[in-house]
Amino acid sequence: MSTQPTIDLLKQNPGRVIFIGAVLAAAICAFAYTGGFFSPHRISANRLVDAIEVSGGGAHEGFRRAHAKGICVAGTFLASAEAKTLSRAAVFSGDVVPVTGRFAEATPDPFTNDTTTAPVRSMALRLQPPHADEWRTGMNDTPGLHVSTPQAFYENVVASTPDPGTGKPDPARMQAYLDRHPETVAFLARLKARPFSSGFANDSYNSVNGFIFVSGDGKRRLVRWTMQAEDPFSTLSPEDRAARSANYEFDDLLARVARGPIKWQLIAILATPGDPNKATEVWPEDRQKVALGELTIARVESETRGNCQDVNYDPLVLPSGIDPSDDPIPYARSAAYSTSFRRRAGETKPPSAVANQSAGTGP
Amino acid sequence: MIQTVQRFNLLARLLHWTMAALILTMAFVGIGMVSTLSPKYHQLLSLHKSVGSLILVLVAVRLVNRLLNPPPPLPLDLPGWQQFLATGSHVILYALMFALPLVGWSMLSAGGYPIVVFGAIHLPPLLPHNAPVFALLRTTHTVLALLLFATFLGHLGAALFHALIRRDDVLKSMV
Repeated sequence: MSTQPTIDLLKQNPGRVIFIGAVLAAAICAFAYTGGFFSPHRISANRLVDAIEVSGGGAHEGFRRAHAKGICVAGTFLASAEAKTLSRAAVFSGDVVPVTGRFAEATPDPFTNDTTTAPVRSMALRLQPPHADEWRTGMNDTPGLHVSTPQAFYENVVASTPDPGTGKPDPARMQAYLDRHPETVAFLARLKARPFSSGFANDSYNSVNGFIFVSGDGKRRLVRWTMQAEDPFSTLSPEDRAARSANYEFDDLLARVARGPIKWQLIAILATPGDPNKATEVWPEDRQKVALGELTIARVESETRGNCQDVNYDPLVLPSGIDPSDDPIPYARSAAYSTSFRRRAGETKPPSAVANQSAGTGP
Repeated sequence: MIQTVQRFNLLARLLHWTMAALILTMAFVGIGMVSTLSPKYHQLLSLHKSVGSLILVLVAVRLVNRLLNPPPPLPLDLPGWQQFLATGSHVILYALMFALPLVGWSMLSAGGYPIVVFGAIHLPPLLPHNAPVFALLRTTHTVLALLLFATFLGHLGAALFHALIRRDDVLKSMV
C-alpha cells in the first residue's frame, strides 16, 4: 500500500507503466486486426455496398442498393404432400402459409426504364406459417449467377463501374475481369441465349444458390429450387419492348393480378453426389425434381412504409429444416443485404417509381 | 497485524471472470463479423446473438448479487479522483452490460428479423417492426459497443495499475 501521489508512483515504476501500456496497446491492435484494419484486401459488406453504390452512379437514398425498382406482393403458399419428405420446415407442413414478397428488376437504379433495363428480374418471398419459423428467399430469373464467390462479385462490380471521364465502364478493365473469370463469360452467354419472358407473372425464378433440406428423419440433401410460372410463357420482340412504357413490367403485373391470382409451382431440384455447389454451374436437366407446392399471389401493391419496402429478404433467414450449404454466396448476400438495409432504413425514401398503385385481393 | 484481503463473494468473482471472457469474445466477434463476407459472418452473428442473450441473463443475476452483497470498499487512501473514476466506470460497465444486449434485441425486433438464440430459442420482439428505429438502434449498438470496449480498456489498465504499481488489494479482491 502506498500513500504517495500517483504521479510519483508512475515515475518510480517506468517498466511497469510501459508494460501496462503495452498490454492495452496489444488489446487495441488485436481488436483492430480482427476488424480487418490491417487487412486491406478483405472485403467487408460496407466495402462491397460502397462499390455497388459507386457503380450505380452514387447511392439512391432510401432504396435497396441492388434490385432497387420493385413492387410488393401478397398471397399464400400451399405445400404438396411430398414436400415434407424433403424438409421438416413448417412451411411444408401442408397448412396454408401466408406469404408476402417483392418483385424487382436487378439494377441499382430505382427509376430505371423497363424497356432498356438489364433483363434480370427477381422474386423475393417471406413465408410466415403462423407460430412457426419463417422462411425468406430471394430468387432470380437467371440461369445461375455470374459469379460463384464474393470476391468475384466484388471484382465484377468494380470492373462494371463507369469511368468518370467517359461515363461508361472501361472496356479494358472489364475484359481483364472476364479473362480471369470464364464462369462469368459462360453465364453471360447463357443469359443472352435465354428467352426473356414478357413480364413478372410468366417468369420463373431460381434459388440460384444451393441449400440443405433436412427431413424429419434427419436426412440432409443439397437442393436448389425453381418457382415455375403457371402463366403461359411468352416473350416480347425487341420492337414491342421498346414501344412499351417506362414502368410496363409493373403496370402489366398490376393488370394481371386484377384479373385473378397468379400462380407458380415451387419445384425442388435434388443434387446428385458430385454436382458442383457453385452458383455459376447449372446442374444437368435430368436431376430429380420434386414439386414442393403452389404459390398464389393475389395482391400487388406499391412499396410503402410497413409492407415489403421495409423487409430485408436475407436469404439466411431460414426455418429449422432448411440449412445454409457450403455455397459461399448466400453468406455474402446476407452480410451485404444487412448493410444495404441498415443504410436505407436510416434514409428518407422518395416515392418508388411505381407509387400508390394496388390491385388484386387480400391484405 | 495480519491484514486479510476483503474479497468479492464467490458468485461475484465467478460472474466477473465468466462475463469478462464473454464480453471480450463479443467485442471481437462483433467487429470480426461486420468485417467479412465469408461464411464466418453468419456463424459469428449466430454466436453473437446467443452469447448476447446469455450476458443479459448473467448481468441481471450479477446486479442482484451485488445489491445483496455489497463489494469490498476501495482502498481508503485512493485519491478522490480515482475513487470517482472507479465508481463511475463501474456504473458505466453495468449500464452497458444491460444496454448492449437490450439494444441488440430491440434493434433486431425493429428490423423485422426473427430472433433465434442457441439455434432453437425464439425470443419475442421487444419493439414493433420499424425501419428508422432499426437504423437508429443499429448505430447506437455500434457506438455503445465501442464505448464498452474503451471502458474495458480503462478497467483493465486500472486493475493492472492497482496490482503492479499501487500494489494494493483491489485485484486480489476479485481473484
